[in-house]
Amino acid sequence: MEEVKLFGYWVSPFCRSVEIALKIKGIQYEYIEEDLTNKSPQLLQYNPVYKKIPVLLHNGKPIAESMVILEYIDETWKNNPILPKDPFEKARARFWANFVDQKCFPALWKTIWSTSEQYEQNKAEALERLKVLENELGGKRFFGGDSIGMVDIVANFIGFSFRTIQEALKLDVFTEDNFPKLWEWAENFVNCSPVKKCLPPQDKLIANFPPAYMGKTLVSSFQSRLQLPPPGGC
Amino acid sequence: MEENQGVKLLGFWVSPYVLRVKWALKLKGIEYEYIEEDVFNKSPLLLKLNPVKGQVPVLVHDGKPIPESIVILEYIDEVWKHSPLLPQDPYERANSRFWAKFAAEKLQAYAWEALCSRGEDHERAIKASMEALEKMEKELNGKKFFGGDKIGFVDLVAGFISYQLPVYEEIVSMKILDSSKFPAITNWINNFLNHPLIKEELPPKHKMLAYFSNRRNVILVQNSSNK
Repeated sequence: MEEVKLFGYWVSPFCRSVEIALKIKGIQYEYIEEDLTNKSPQLLQYNPVYKKIPVLLHNGKPIAESMVILEYIDETWKNNPILPKDPFEKARARFWANFVDQKCFPALWKTIWSTSEQYEQNKAEALERLKVLENELGGKRFFGGDSIGMVDIVANFIGFSFRTIQEALKLDVFTEDNFPKLWEWAENFVNCSPVKKCLPPQDKLIANFPPAYMGKTLVSSFQSRLQLPPPGGC
Repeated sequence: MEENQGVKLLGFWVSPYVLRVKWALKLKGIEYEYIEEDVFNKSPLLLKLNPVKGQVPVLVHDGKPIPESIVILEYIDEVWKHSPLLPQDPYERANSRFWAKFAAEKLQAYAWEALCSRGEDHERAIKASMEALEKMEKELNGKKFFGGDKIGFVDLVAGFISYQLPVYEEIVSMKILDSSKFPAITNWINNFLNHPLIKEELPPKHKMLAYFSNRRNVILVQNSSNK
């Protein structure tokens, strides 16, 4: 009997990545919501190095770091693979997943937390990154081809949360005009069945970001609640 | 670039990212052509093979380019299955990937920061480096290598600790690799540096001292003019 548990936080895109992968593979799991201001003893025990979510627990054995967890899931449950079989294509997917994780996400995140002085510069960097992604997507439906793969999963923040937040904050970073292919990808992505089941409620997401932000630095309590790096730490 | 041209590696002599790949190729006995790049004056070839980031290393296998050192290591391990770098068991593989990521993303970054900063930032970076090393000390837990009896994935990625960190220490007169605090790591460093294949493939110390001293000075000037 497989026992799978996921320690997560409702708004974390890193947790969403893991959940989407579990849903794609039809794996039954117990989801445990963590209070990041008061982390459970189990979380601290299972991830002593970082003390962060997500942590996957499989038959009592903990795995931390979302990208590491995704690889583990794909190697352990071989149905509906999220990585290509061919080693070169697999390497390409890993490269792009890293690009989204290490270059795109921080750039987009910075735009949300910008003061009005910082916004234009941060926006320029985010636009540059999105352009690279738009080019890579090309004519494909998903980064993974006909079905979603690791790159799509890791890019879930771009597909859903970022568009929701930027609309609430009236930002103009990721627009349909500037990135038509990526926009279409986002629409297709959020409508995929495994993804739809994992997305945080839109109104709850918006409620966490105050509408009046320009000119103010967002308070650190938001940063700690979302357990994501503060501006400058990205 | 012609198809079926074997294995080529674009690199830079002092890059720890490139060195990981060289060591992996050597451990697996894979013949390759090495192409030295000047990363401060990138060739059209490098920019063509890695258009997104323009960085070394890039492995080229039968005409197909693979950038990013850790992605390359995974690729090498999948294509040439003898002398595996990663364990077979998925959980053990996840553990190796976790620690490789930790060494590459945390320890390496803190060590670089310790080299290229002054004052409070410098002190903070030393502290962070030592805390990271403490975690790796625990993970090593008396084993000869992170990979067990043989050099594995984590050893290759963390290898910079053995030969590069002491150079940083010398340049800035700091102490991170305290053998009384990190006996297992100290032992590992000796085992790693004395491995016959690793020993042959290390950048010359005097060149590293000059290179990293220069880099430190350039970055310190850049940072103070940016403030």
